Amino acid sequence: MRALTWHGKHDVRMETVPDPKIVNPRDAIIRITSTAICGSDLHLYDSYIPSMHRGDILGHEFMGEVVETGSGSNLKKGERVVVPFVIACGQCFFCGKQQFSACDNSNPADKTDLSEIAYGYAMSGLFGYSHMTGGYAGGQAEYVRVPYSDVGPLVIPDGLEDDKVLFLSDILPTGWMAAENCEIEPGDTVAVWGCGPVGLFAVQSAFLLEPTG
Amino acid sequence: MSSSPVERARQSDAPLTAAVAQRDVSKEAAEERGWHEAAVVGRTVTINRTRAELYAFWRDFRNLPRFMENVERVDVGDDRRSHWVISAPAGRTVEWDSVITEDEPDSVIAWESVEGADVRNAGRIEFRDAPPGRGTYVTATIVYDPPAGDIGKLIAKLFQKEPKIQARRELRRFKQLMETGEIPVAFKEDDSAVRGSFS
Repeated sequence: MRALTWHGKHDVRMETVPDPKIVNPRDAIIRITSTAICGSDLHLYDSYIPSMHRGDILGHEFMGEVVETGSGSNLKKGERVVVPFVIACGQCFFCGKQQFSACDNSNPADKTDLSEIAYGYAMSGLFGYSHMTGGYAGGQAEYVRVPYSDVGPLVIPDGLEDDKVLFLSDILPTGWMAAENCEIEPGDTVAVWGCGPVGLFAVQSAFLLEPTG
Repeated sequence: MSSSPVERARQSDAPLTAAVAQRDVSKEAAEERGWHEAAVVGRTVTINRTRAELYAFWRDFRNLPRFMENVERVDVGDDRRSHWVISAPAGRTVEWDSVITEDEPDSVIAWESVEGADVRNAGRIEFRDAPPGRGTYVTATIVYDPPAGDIGKLIAKLFQKEPKIQARRELRRFKQLMETGEIPVAFKEDDSAVRGSFS
């Protein structure tokens, strides 16, 4: 398949790489139909994030069609899914509290040494975001392997185009959480500084929370 | 480990008070067994499963290679004896027979190599209730006799390079397997073989 790979500071390339395969029972393979570039991809592009390896496949905002499933996945071939960028097992203490970004299990054991030493506790696994967060291949590619595919992916009903739902993978929830954390109540006046994509989603989310009563 | 308490405190996470009062567990472990020397690795992890489930899985030593990287296989003889085969560099193996020395259902399993082991070693795994809703505290302690000579150099590669990291990774894989039924890997097609999982 073709995929966007990282090779160093300001050096990313479209390359032909092997297709992903099912590795564990709960995996699924997704054929990517839409993917976005995140502001945090620029941190990789600018080489601010340690533990990137040459050839790593980038991308953590993506969606697509299920083309293959492991025996433990509850997805079905042909379903359209948006995949959240955090990989979560759904069964550890943190996942039980819906604190998926603190998942205890999704980061492979041999990848957790760095974050355990640097932060005192291992980080969860993320797609396409350095080996500190698992070294998982990302979704700026034709296909991606999604571990624990019975937990993260959101199945999209027919009739909703990719552009309407793609941003559920990361950036819309980021803007939503900013608005939610403000505990906006009817009648509040809301100002948003910095109207990039996250800021714009924060604005939209604030409207949904009805500050004008 | 340095004998100076100040130096020990500097080299470890222990505050000075703990370092002063610190027992030399390696020395104690060696004396207890009549060994010249011993290395000790200890580690605790919290697993979101009951003591009974974790004990039962571990008690069948044939399961251990599923999450222990270097353990090629464990053959179980009778209820107390087992034969361990460890893969070493260059296609070699290191082997020993082991006997269970302590077995308290749902709480503790301890084992120790018998005479003739390539590497003398002992292990103990303890299962304690964590606070409600948190599962079980699992504490593993591994003691081994750092061997000398050629075989020693080989073993050093397996056991002594970063034994703490090794223990951390293996307990983490145990947790992953017990909580999620599989061991996550960030697989690239050119990576080496993938390890087992439930299916």
